[in-house]
Amino acid sequence: MAENPRKPKPPTDVFTPWEDPAAKPLIEFRNVTKRFGEFVAIDDLTIDIYEREFFALLGPSGCGKTTMMRMLAGFESPSAGEILLGGKSMVGIPPNERPVNMMFQSYALFPHLSVWDNIAFGLRRDKKSKSAIAARVDEMLRLTRLEQFARRKPHQISGGQRQRVALARSLAKAPKLLLLDEPLGALDRKLREETQFELMDIQEKTGTTFVIVTHDQEEAMTVASRIAVMEHGKVMQVDTPAKVYEMPNSVYVADFIGDVNLIEGVFSRPAPETCQITYDESEPPIHLDATPGIAEGARVTYAIRPEKIRVSADRPDDLANAAFGKIIDIGYLGDISTYHVELANGQMVKAAMTNSTRVSRREFTWDDEVWLSWRETAGVVLDH
Amino acid sequence: MRRIALIALPYLWLLALFFVPFLIVLKISLSDTALAIPPYAPTLDLSEGWAGIRDWWSGLDFENYVFLTTDSLYWKAYLSSLKIAVISTAITLLVGYPIAYGMSRARDEWRPTLLMLVILPFWTSFLIRVYAWKAILAQEGFLNQVLIGLGVISEPLTILNTNTAVYIGIVYTYLPFMVLPLYAALEKLDDSLLEAAEDLGCTRMKAFWLITIPLSMQGIVAGSFLVFIPVMGEFVIPTLLGGSDTLMIGKVLWEEFFSNRDWPVASAVAIVLLAILIFPIVLFLKNEEKQWESDT
Repeated sequence: MAENPRKPKPPTDVFTPWEDPAAKPLIEFRNVTKRFGEFVAIDDLTIDIYEREFFALLGPSGCGKTTMMRMLAGFESPSAGEILLGGKSMVGIPPNERPVNMMFQSYALFPHLSVWDNIAFGLRRDKKSKSAIAARVDEMLRLTRLEQFARRKPHQISGGQRQRVALARSLAKAPKLLLLDEPLGALDRKLREETQFELMDIQEKTGTTFVIVTHDQEEAMTVASRIAVMEHGKVMQVDTPAKVYEMPNSVYVADFIGDVNLIEGVFSRPAPETCQITYDESEPPIHLDATPGIAEGARVTYAIRPEKIRVSADRPDDLANAAFGKIIDIGYLGDISTYHVELANGQMVKAAMTNSTRVSRREFTWDDEVWLSWRETAGVVLDH
Repeated sequence: MRRIALIALPYLWLLALFFVPFLIVLKISLSDTALAIPPYAPTLDLSEGWAGIRDWWSGLDFENYVFLTTDSLYWKAYLSSLKIAVISTAITLLVGYPIAYGMSRARDEWRPTLLMLVILPFWTSFLIRVYAWKAILAQEGFLNQVLIGLGVISEPLTILNTNTAVYIGIVYTYLPFMVLPLYAALEKLDDSLLEAAEDLGCTRMKAFWLITIPLSMQGIVAGSFLVFIPVMGEFVIPTLLGGSDTLMIGKVLWEEFFSNRDWPVASAVAIVLLAILIFPIVLFLKNEEKQWESDT
């Protein structure tokens, strides 16, 4: 997948309730397990989500993220453990009595009702007065810029507009928690990117807690305050997008989020403050800064992102690590190019460089011999 | 040219098998009964040329239609047919909806089997199936024997030769015509719509009323017309299962035609029946048109 290194989220001291031990989470999963017959969809999962968070559940299909969301909405109940919402257990409470609304992947707009009636549907169930309903629906239409489509039926509007109707409908009841199931999956790339920022904007304006399910890591990185990376019903890592990307805690997370080089080797400490990984007899070891907590001689995986590696014709002297190799392949992506470089021992390393110059003046081409170099702090050591 | 031929084919079919017979029946209904073969007059005699056509034309009148209004038997039969058709359509809908709903919610691998079970009765002759109901509903029939055997009743129930038997027969016979369009409509229903309704504050029951029923309305309308229209003219079921007090226009028509040999009055009865049915048929077509529009 193409890597668009995005601007990091706003400084983390602005909104980090998960770092505040006094903060009360809005949602608590306590040792939740969900089985479908023999199949374990969610495996003893404990997680806290805080108010006003934009929380992303990220993982491949079948990892249990949708099951988690459906348990929050009340369509599935946990086989074991419990889910608390605002401190209250949700066990046995049907979907229609939860202060939770969901935006469905298929949008699930009622085809026989107009856009206006779709948005009013939930409000009508609350026995609100006509004028209160009308005021709220109009507010939602304004928020999602759908005013001129109010009288249309869902099949008379475009996919992007349908997506906004679904959002408006699920926000109309001002839920404590909004669940979004792959909300942008059906939109094309350009519209998806625009809508991501719209979603963030709306989330900020309404102050609602959003939980989004997605398999698109770029989407999760863009919108979320925190990401839970899931695999086989377990949460592998919960962290801010920047931390998940720069400091993955496992090979799985490093590999799932973005592009990465994984180099296996043996860890050693030749001197007290220096660490290194030897991955091949013929290559110099990878120098690291102090990496506590890993035993001498342990087999580890060194993960380094392609964009952290510089490609140059001459051996640079300012960086701690350097390796010599030959360019096998170049992937040109417009903004960046990815170089697949084969080292002398056959190890393939991907390096990404921004294309600050036009193609005709690019420095390297196929079969060029180049130096790859990176800092001591560029990569992460992952224990097995 | 080929396109015209393609379009012309169904029109020729309709012309030959619907419109021409209709004109013949219409003509007979305007004639007078006669002791002749065929038993009506005038008949068109083209050998006499223009004068023959004029004679034929002047022999036609609305006498038979006027006659239908003079005898209360006819409008009572029409009304009774209408009542039986309306009630049995309603019962068929009430029985058919849960069946169709259950089928549409059944697991995928079961659906072809269930569908087959609905169609299966068509593999046996309609007449044999109606006769079988005689054996079930008779005074000494299976139903009474079972109920007496179970001790539910002490005296046999009189069902056969009453309107109840007619309703049972009609609902049984026409159920597939109701179930199939309902199933087609309900099968398309997306489960996530019901979940969305629940999520927005509906109970299951409320979601059924607000989502399932409106979205299966096309099936309800189609099924109801498919039952109502043929039941209006139904003849076999009231004859075999109904009693002497079961009045249906189909039976009257048969008697006029075969017992009375009064072809012109029988034809007039048929034409009026058609006129009564034109109204729901037009509504039905309008409904289909609306569906077509909303699908595109």
